[in-house]
Amino acid sequence: MLFDLDKIFGKKKNSKDVAKDRLKLVLIHDRANVSPQFLEMIKSEIIKVISSYMDIDESALDIQLTKTKSDDGENFVPALYASIPIRNIKKSGK
Amino acid sequence: MGEVIVITSGKGGVGKTTTTANIGTGLALAGQKVVLVDTDIGLRNLDVVMGLENRIVYDLVDVVEGFCRVKQALIKDKRYEGLYLLPAAQTRDKTSVNPQQMMKLCQELKEEYDYILVDCPAGIEQGFKNAIAGADRAIVITTPEVSAVRDADRIVGLLEANELRNPKLLINRMRIDMVKRGDMMSIDDIIDILAIGLIGVVPDDERIVVSTNRGEPVINDEKSGAGQAYRNIVRRIKGEEVPFMSFDNDQGFMIKLKKLLGLKAD
Repeated sequence: MLFDLDKIFGKKKNSKDVAKDRLKLVLIHDRANVSPQFLEMIKSEIIKVISSYMDIDESALDIQLTKTKSDDGENFVPALYASIPIRNIKKSGK
Repeated sequence: MGEVIVITSGKGGVGKTTTTANIGTGLALAGQKVVLVDTDIGLRNLDVVMGLENRIVYDLVDVVEGFCRVKQALIKDKRYEGLYLLPAAQTRDKTSVNPQQMMKLCQELKEEYDYILVDCPAGIEQGFKNAIAGADRAIVITTPEVSAVRDADRIVGLLEANELRNPKLLINRMRIDMVKRGDMMSIDDIIDILAIGLIGVVPDDERIVVSTNRGEPVINDEKSGAGQAYRNIVRRIKGEEVPFMSFDNDQGFMIKLKKLLGLKAD
């Protein structure tokens, strides 16, 4: 989303922010030893489960391993981040 | 009883050898007895950076194989009281030494010297394992580039897996002008990513090239920004609290630093 806004305003992200974002991502994979294939597997399973309750936009689905500050202070813990745009909630899913 | 400090980075060419030479010289200038150990067998360079390449008789492999005594292999640096170099072998490879032998050597050196600085080769294979084997603490070098930071992160993980806790970070070749433009990761960015303690930040400084050309450590150069940074790092290693040079907000310092680096102050 951020990326799109930047595009609209014709503003290019600082190269250092690009570096930082790329590094953060690659380090999560390095640290957790998680392959992109592994993430794809999670993604397809999530789609399968959610699809039976909601109509989702599969092409816009974004899933990634990131890190977040832990509740108890300064340490970072890995987090699974998923952004799933919903088109419609299925009535039958009640 | 002395202390063994390994200087490592994962990635090559980020300044391990230059850092080892300068910190070692600084510690010797501060009155400590120091041995620099080059563990980069086959690609030794600490000798030329120190300007001691013409005085090598025996090397690290000769010592661990019992071909000579440690004392015979140590090259005394005549310019600095208490500074010695144990050069790596140039015609052998990393498998000529094993971690047990390094541990024994470090133990022996600790008996007599205050600081043993181990210059680690690039990579995470045998040479790295040898270099960290006898170490009490570690300094991890990175530059503000994605490749170097990524490798540093890997090294931090490997150090911790080998019971070398709490490694300290040295950020090398920092360029304030680029950070200001948003084209280089800042100190905070890098610390944020690697999440380890900082021991110092060395600015990019062309005097490093000049001093390496001459085989004289830059730490003696009063005018050099890198020299000042190394002097501060030496004091921190000795346990002093030294405030970090302000790199982000202090305009006065910025101008001074730019002048030091030969850049126009804007």
